[in-house]
Amino acid sequence: MAPTITIKNLTKKFGDVVAIKNFSLTIDPGTFLTLLGPSGCGKTTLLRCVAGLEEPDGGEIYIDDKLVFSYARGISVPPGQREVGLVFQNYALWPHMKVYQNMSFALEIQKLPKDEINQRIKESLIEVKMEGFDDRYPREMSGGQQQRIALARMLAYRPKVFLMDEPLSNLDARLRMDMRSEIKRLHHVSGATTIYVTHDQVEALTMSTNIAVMREGILQQLDSPERVYRYPSNLFVADFIGNPKVNLLEGSVDGKNSVKVGDFRVDIETNGAMGQVVVAMRPEDIAISTEPVDESVEFTAYSVLPSGADSTIVAHRGKTEITVKVTGISHIKMDDKIWLKFDPQALNLYNKESGNLIVPKY
Amino acid sequence: MTSLAISPHPLLQRMQASSRRFIRWLTSTKVVLSLFMLVIMYYMVIVPLYRMVLTTVTYQERDVFRVPAAEVGAFTLFHYQRMLNSEFSKPYLYDPLVHSIQISFGATALALAIGGLFAWMCIRTDMPGRALVNQLALLPYIMPSWTIAAAWTVLFKNRISGGSPGIFEYLMGYSPPQWLSYGPLPIIISSALHYYTFFFLFVSAALMSIDSNLEEAGELMGASRWRILRKITFPLVLPAILSGFIMTFSKVMGTYGGPAILGIPIRYYTISTMIRSAVNIGDKADGFVLAITLILFAMINISINQKLVGTRRSYETIGGRGFVAHTTKLGKWKGALTTIVIVFQILVIVLPLGLLLYDTFMLVPGNYSLSNLTLHNWIGKSVKTINNGSPGVLRNPKIYAYAWNSIRLSLWTALYTALMGIFLGYSIVKGRGTRLSKLIEQLAFIPYVIPGIAFGAVYISMFARPLGPIPALYGTFALLVIVSVAKHIPYSSRSGVSAMMQVGRELEEASEVAGANVWDRFRRIIFPLTSSGFVAGFLLTFITTMRELSLIILLVTPSTMVLATQTMRYKENGDDQLANAVIIILIVLVTIGNFAIGRFRGGSLKKGLGM
Repeated sequence: MAPTITIKNLTKKFGDVVAIKNFSLTIDPGTFLTLLGPSGCGKTTLLRCVAGLEEPDGGEIYIDDKLVFSYARGISVPPGQREVGLVFQNYALWPHMKVYQNMSFALEIQKLPKDEINQRIKESLIEVKMEGFDDRYPREMSGGQQQRIALARMLAYRPKVFLMDEPLSNLDARLRMDMRSEIKRLHHVSGATTIYVTHDQVEALTMSTNIAVMREGILQQLDSPERVYRYPSNLFVADFIGNPKVNLLEGSVDGKNSVKVGDFRVDIETNGAMGQVVVAMRPEDIAISTEPVDESVEFTAYSVLPSGADSTIVAHRGKTEITVKVTGISHIKMDDKIWLKFDPQALNLYNKESGNLIVPKY
Repeated sequence: MTSLAISPHPLLQRMQASSRRFIRWLTSTKVVLSLFMLVIMYYMVIVPLYRMVLTTVTYQERDVFRVPAAEVGAFTLFHYQRMLNSEFSKPYLYDPLVHSIQISFGATALALAIGGLFAWMCIRTDMPGRALVNQLALLPYIMPSWTIAAAWTVLFKNRISGGSPGIFEYLMGYSPPQWLSYGPLPIIISSALHYYTFFFLFVSAALMSIDSNLEEAGELMGASRWRILRKITFPLVLPAILSGFIMTFSKVMGTYGGPAILGIPIRYYTISTMIRSAVNIGDKADGFVLAITLILFAMINISINQKLVGTRRSYETIGGRGFVAHTTKLGKWKGALTTIVIVFQILVIVLPLGLLLYDTFMLVPGNYSLSNLTLHNWIGKSVKTINNGSPGVLRNPKIYAYAWNSIRLSLWTALYTALMGIFLGYSIVKGRGTRLSKLIEQLAFIPYVIPGIAFGAVYISMFARPLGPIPALYGTFALLVIVSVAKHIPYSSRSGVSAMMQVGRELEEASEVAGANVWDRFRRIIFPLTSSGFVAGFLLTFITTMRELSLIILLVTPSTMVLATQTMRYKENGDDQLANAVIIILIVLVTIGNFAIGRFRGGSLKKGLGM
């Protein structure tokens, strides 16, 4: 049974810099949790705290019922006794050892019998589709192969918790796609509780059970990928997730369920909010037409960027700029007049000052 | 593992938690190693320095004859007064100090000119045979620093100081002028020809690391070649030049061999030779005052240099390489310049060795005719009228014993130094940013500023009596190993740091997560990954220890004599040819060692110097 990981009020400082601020999070057994955020948001530090490679300056960490770290009690279980496996960003394969030795290292320390070591190495290599590579040195393999070996090294160790620190960031786009599905599959098969660190929102959205979005050491939102995408809890999350970026239009509440943006109105449930707000609309949630339709607003096509499967259209109206994404190659030309129609259900409204979602759609 | 028991009382609970944290910090690998290194360096560097200073401010046994009221062990400034402000000050301190500064500046400037020019030609011109020049430039480093000085006397010695004539006089029929035979000029030249290697290595590493785009940018803006050299290239290599400057200056300041061979015959004393003579006649405290003067001067020199560069970079080399460097075309000068450089380099090595070797084959010193050739100095039996009755060096069992001492000393020193390098590197790199790490780095730097002979002097007063857990060591072989290891701490920590920097911290962390304990981590991860740095440090230390003289000359006893010190003893007895034969044996042994150790992976001199 995979363990629950509980993080309570965790704080970590480096000198005067606070990397993680009073962070609490519970990760259910078997969950694939992604820590997502821009560089410097503390996600790697948090992972290293769970692994035991950093000692926090406050809070507690439980792996299952076992207290592995407690500031108040002065307890910190060494990494080797936490039963976690860690895949490093740069793989950290020992360059002076062959694949076999890299993988047997931890097993020898556990004093497993020789047969079992061989068996496990074989199985793990098959799992990452690298059978027959046991005699290679790391430098004799490509980046993608090294990545697979790093995974296999962790698998052979059979930890109850998988920790992965941006494992795909050093691979090219194609390999990254392949490895995403491999890792997701490995997690599915093993059912280990997994913490995965990345700054790549696509990776987070495609692989996770849950995403924890972090900023400057503080948890912004913990939700399923769909909810993080559809209902970002604040402007930071809304802006960080999605490609092309979400359109954020500043305006003011103008009567019931209506927001005035520039010289036009957007219908949206305001839930009694007043004053300055921000309307967030995903580029793919905007309908575009070359003729006026009901409740549409006239724009000018400022730039049209077809990219095969879809096209991005940058539309202007006065000082307002809106990015729209449509499927397929668009036949709209630059400087054409276009009409945009917003789906009230797909829009989110934020308080401009606090940046928080006004109408929680939970 | 700490027990999970928790005290009911909140205050006790907090104290319990912080004591657990403290114990965990204290028992972490990097802290344990750091503290261990601190203790070692405390005993090797701080305590000896303290003892030396203490000796200078207390009455010694001999002082009872000079100062009637003196009480042995009582506090006094007598030695400072005697050295700084008395009738003895001029001959004991001020004249030698001026001489030391003279030769240090002279030799450093000359070494800079030669080394810098060669480096520039090697890296930044289209000179052919650059690889050869590169190799040859390392060779002087293998020879003892006083080889060229010894060869100089074979060539230029005159009869003014007594003894046999040199080749110059034999061929020309008249004595060479005094300024050519002995004194500052020969000392400067012979030292510079030995130490130019440092400048060559430092400057060529710096030039290699400069992206020539920086220079091309200047060129595109219309700057002249000279202006680019002056405004762009020179400032960029300045730190390297200054680090070479510090290194060479303090080496020459503390060197004993050259000034002893070329200075003492005409009573041209430097601080280093004066320290030895003071210690030899039993005025230890006076010698220590001189040593402290030498240390102060070396420190002033370094701090001025650091001010000039503005950072601590001055003794670090610039890392990085692999830029595309554009080269200056030498044009029609190409052939001539190359020939000059290579001929010069070969002369600097071959000529001294040839002269020394030739000298050892003469029966009667000073008679350079072919009929005078003999193997007596090598394999002759003891004859009363020749060499004060000493047998040929290869027939002398003592020489074998000293050679064995040299090898033993070098191997042990190299082993401990290389090991310490890894531990120091680990402590410094893993603790980066902590005060402990900085303290270790600074302590490790101290021996760098203490010139060789002064460092040896420091150790006279140390370990003469049992000290804490350490037994009395004066006159023992172990003392020689300890002083050599201590003097090498700055180099070992530098090469250890650069070796550790190559080992990403994740590599060790990965093993920690896998459950490896300290021993497993060092045995299976750290040591294998730093092995080439280890071999490089080992090789460098082996070579420098093998031909080290200044450091140990004050500490050797008849039973711990090594080849290097034996050459000086032969010299002092007037047995120049035997001395020269021993120098040649020493060079042969160093070369063999260099070759043997160099066969291990990564064993290169350059790497040992931290490049």
